Amino acid sequence: MPKVTYIQTDGVEKTVDLPLGATIMEGAIQNDVKGIVAECGGSCMCATCHVYVDEAFAGMLPEKEEEELEMLQGANAELLGNSRLGCQIRISKPLDGMVVKVPSKQ
Amino acid sequence: MMQRVVIIGAGHGGVQAAASLREEGYEGEIVMISPEQDLPYQKPPLSKGYLKGEQTEESLLFRSSHFYEDQKIMIKYGVIVDSIDIQSNRVALSDGVTIEYGHVIIATGAENRKLKQDGQEVSNVYYLRTLADARLIQEKMTSAETIVTIGGGFIGLELSAIAAEKDKKVTVIEPQTRLMERVLPKMISEVFFRAHLEKGVEVLLQTGVDYIDGHEVNLSNGTTLQADMILAGIGVIPVTGLAESAGIKCDNGVLVNEFQQTNIPNIYAIGDCANHFNPFAGKSLRLESVQNAVDQARTAAAHIVGKETPYQAVPWFWTFQYHLKLQMAGISADYEQAVVRGDQESGKFSVYYYKGDSLIAVDSLNKPADHLNARKLIQQGLSPSPDQVSDLTFNLKEIVA
Repeated sequence: MPKVTYIQTDGVEKTVDLPLGATIMEGAIQNDVKGIVAECGGSCMCATCHVYVDEAFAGMLPEKEEEELEMLQGANAELLGNSRLGCQIRISKPLDGMVVKVPSKQ
Repeated sequence: MMQRVVIIGAGHGGVQAAASLREEGYEGEIVMISPEQDLPYQKPPLSKGYLKGEQTEESLLFRSSHFYEDQKIMIKYGVIVDSIDIQSNRVALSDGVTIEYGHVIIATGAENRKLKQDGQEVSNVYYLRTLADARLIQEKMTSAETIVTIGGGFIGLELSAIAAEKDKKVTVIEPQTRLMERVLPKMISEVFFRAHLEKGVEVLLQTGVDYIDGHEVNLSNGTTLQADMILAGIGVIPVTGLAESAGIKCDNGVLVNEFQQTNIPNIYAIGDCANHFNPFAGKSLRLESVQNAVDQARTAAAHIVGKETPYQAVPWFWTFQYHLKLQMAGISADYEQAVVRGDQESGKFSVYYYKGDSLIAVDSLNKPADHLNARKLIQQGLSPSPDQVSDLTFNLKEIVA
């Protein structure tokens, strides 16, 4: 299974195995990653699974759809070029080793 | 006091209460009692991604099983609480076990209102509440060609939209004059009405059901529909029997204060079953939503560890039907003026509701950024003027602190 490393709000890194097709948000919730809230359970409704994707991987992701972009604009932490919603990123083999940083607030 | 919290129910509220107790540093035992057999899961996706076939059962889980082990949260599955003895501080379970508690959190939720005729529940009607219900619906819907949905509220319409997308012939029966009338204004009801018609769903408004006989649904307008499958979403009833028999005060739900305490100080109630004074509605009510369950769970957990942070969260809700994503912030029920922001024709707009000069609620249709900002406006008590709201060049984000 591909591995994803979360840099949590307290700075501690947590590396977990994610089944193919699972989302970054699901991986965070099921492995108790600090700082991912995911209030809406992955429906792209709440912008509380905001992450910053490591630049090496950010370019490999599908473009943000308008909806995701709008939600990110309403997120509580700063919107950066590599900001994504964890619920909209599905893990695939090429993303093995991806690193995402959890913002200080959701 | 006994260092043990017994949480009755393992839905959004129950699970959040357990997690929040640990986050707050509670070191006693946590026992969660679930009437179901499944690892705790999220309910909203059942009538959306799960039944559409886009979400797996695993993706519904709040947490993996090792989370509960790591956090020392004990879950008893397939068990119900028969009684709470408020004198001896003990709960008696259906498996014969008795557990002493320091605190109890009642998170029993609500149950579906059932169709009745001749004093009996009508058999052969499908309702959605649990994952087990969703599995049954999924199986039945696969073979059904004609579906009649009784009730044009959120659940009935979400299920109908999924059925229509699976090319079923769907008829929705709704006694009111429009869809989701209790919670939505006319202009938004109509957007959903048109969307259902465009997808081939027949919507019969101001129509009731006289009698169901097997696969025949006899309507108040004299016609009879044949249905391979009958779905119903006609509201819910708070589950309060346990609290009532224990002598806890109830009135359309378990009555709680701003810390979620019932009249028995070491017994709390949260979520769908809790009747609370809601500052954003300006009255006492029950709310049936994830937001309410989760935020009340946090409030109760904090109070148990000695933190007095009253429940003061803006209510929010959502529904998905086809391409329509509606997000609601605040309680619009008592509004006096509604102001539209955006182009209604485009299907992307928000409606801002005022009572006097105060902004009390915002419904956003396919405008998620408006919704997120609306929650901040309402939480902070900020009321942009109706002129500012209808002016798209005015940036509503800039007035939020």
